[in-house]
Amino acid sequence: MCLAIPSKIVKIENNVATIDVDGVRREASLLLIEDPKVGDYVIVHAGFAINKINEELALESLKLMKEAASLIFDDDKKK
Amino acid sequence: MSIKHLHEYRDPDLSRDIIEQIKKESQKPIRLMEVCGTHTVSIFRNGIRSLLPETISLLSGPGCPVCVTAQNEIDAFVQLAAFEDVIIATFGDLIRVPGADSSLQNEQAKGRDVRVVYSTFDALEVAKKNPHKKVIFLGVGFETTAPTIAASILAAHDLNLKNYFVISAHKLLPPALSTLAENQKLNIDGFILPGHVSVIIGVKAYIPFFKRYNIPCVIAGFEPIDILQAIHMLVRQIEGNAPKIENGYKRAVSAEGNPKAQLILGRVFEPADAAWRGLGVIPFSGLKIRKEFEPFDAQKVFDVQLTEKEEPKGCACGEILTGDKIPPQCALYQKKCTPTHPIGPCMVSSEGTCAAYYRYH
Ligand code: SF4
Repeated sequence: MCLAIPSKIVKIENNVATIDVDGVRREASLLLIEDPKVGDYVIVHAGFAINKINEELALESLKLMKEAASLIFDDDKKK
Repeated sequence: MSIKHLHEYRDPDLSRDIIEQIKKESQKPIRLMEVCGTHTVSIFRNGIRSLLPETISLLSGPGCPVCVTAQNEIDAFVQLAAFEDVIIATFGDLIRVPGADSSLQNEQAKGRDVRVVYSTFDALEVAKKNPHKKVIFLGVGFETTAPTIAASILAAHDLNLKNYFVISAHKLLPPALSTLAENQKLNIDGFILPGHVSVIIGVKAYIPFFKRYNIPCVIAGFEPIDILQAIHMLVRQIEGNAPKIENGYKRAVSAEGNPKAQLILGRVFEPADAAWRGLGVIPFSGLKIRKEFEPFDAQKVFDVQLTEKEEPKGCACGEILTGDKIPPQCALYQKKCTPTHPIGPCMVSSEGTCAAYYRYH
């Protein structure tokens, strides 16, 4: 099962991170990612961080989505 | 970074807007398949099927790792549990899947040592703490899980652990897409591609498949908005007659994927033919442990027989995994087969289509 919510790295020791997922703390191995830092948001699968979340792209995608969803819609809303 | 933006991916207003947009743009009747078990669960939990216009049918594909594990692989796991001085370490769902004669849970009840672990590193801990036992990890899963299992073999190698073994029943996703695309009966117009498999393999891994079949593909995340957006993108591709591979999960998936995970996976495993429940044998759709790491390969070290056994009688998991049938079309659904008394793996696993249907329909 994939965990949809990204986890925040709060501590790193010997390539193992303490992560925080919505207030719950767990451990995750950092062996599969490059250059992890405290404060990074990562995707965790089966006890391993498998990638970082790219904030810039997260914001940009949201913006694009909002635009795409409201294109025709704006006219409707104005009515 | 703030988690706030991530919560925006749950904004109900935005969901509503995307749905309205889909309704406006979708003209042709289309069949879209999600090939990831976590997508299946999210679609059911959020009632997405009922929010879509009638033009769009969603099919659930072979995305639940436990469900696609072949019957003889399940039987091999059960056999392994019976070897002397063995501890079986596995992810949770697997232990309840009925084999031809028994399940891991039954074996556990008989006194065999079967332990559910959260990660392969927990399994390594069990091996370290029990030097006189042989710990066998059941390697089931797609490209997302396989690197974590490869990493455990490398760690066992570095630690010179002689009592840690893995049986590899992994499956690779892109080869299965070809099998699904070729199935005329299914008639799939577009694929919602898995999020976290794609995190590992990257957009590039789907290019050969796309070039061959020219079928619309969108990689999606797991929030309802991610899935709706992917459907929207597919509708646009289909209505505009412009098939492509789009990445709807850019915050996590890159063109190249995760090179470090790919490297670790490739060091330990090599592609091999694999049998899938419901799809049969697909060339190079599995992973076997490379010769260099043979001492960790449970299939080589233990004498397990992979004989063909029948799948549970009356269970339609095979057809359900290809989207050919929906759970109510199985005669056993809700009658003999429920989450507390599952007959087939599609009801056992929380990601299985039958279980998702049962819980949320
Ligand atoms: S309802 Fe049960 S028996 Fe029927 S297909 Fe699903 S898992 Fe198999």
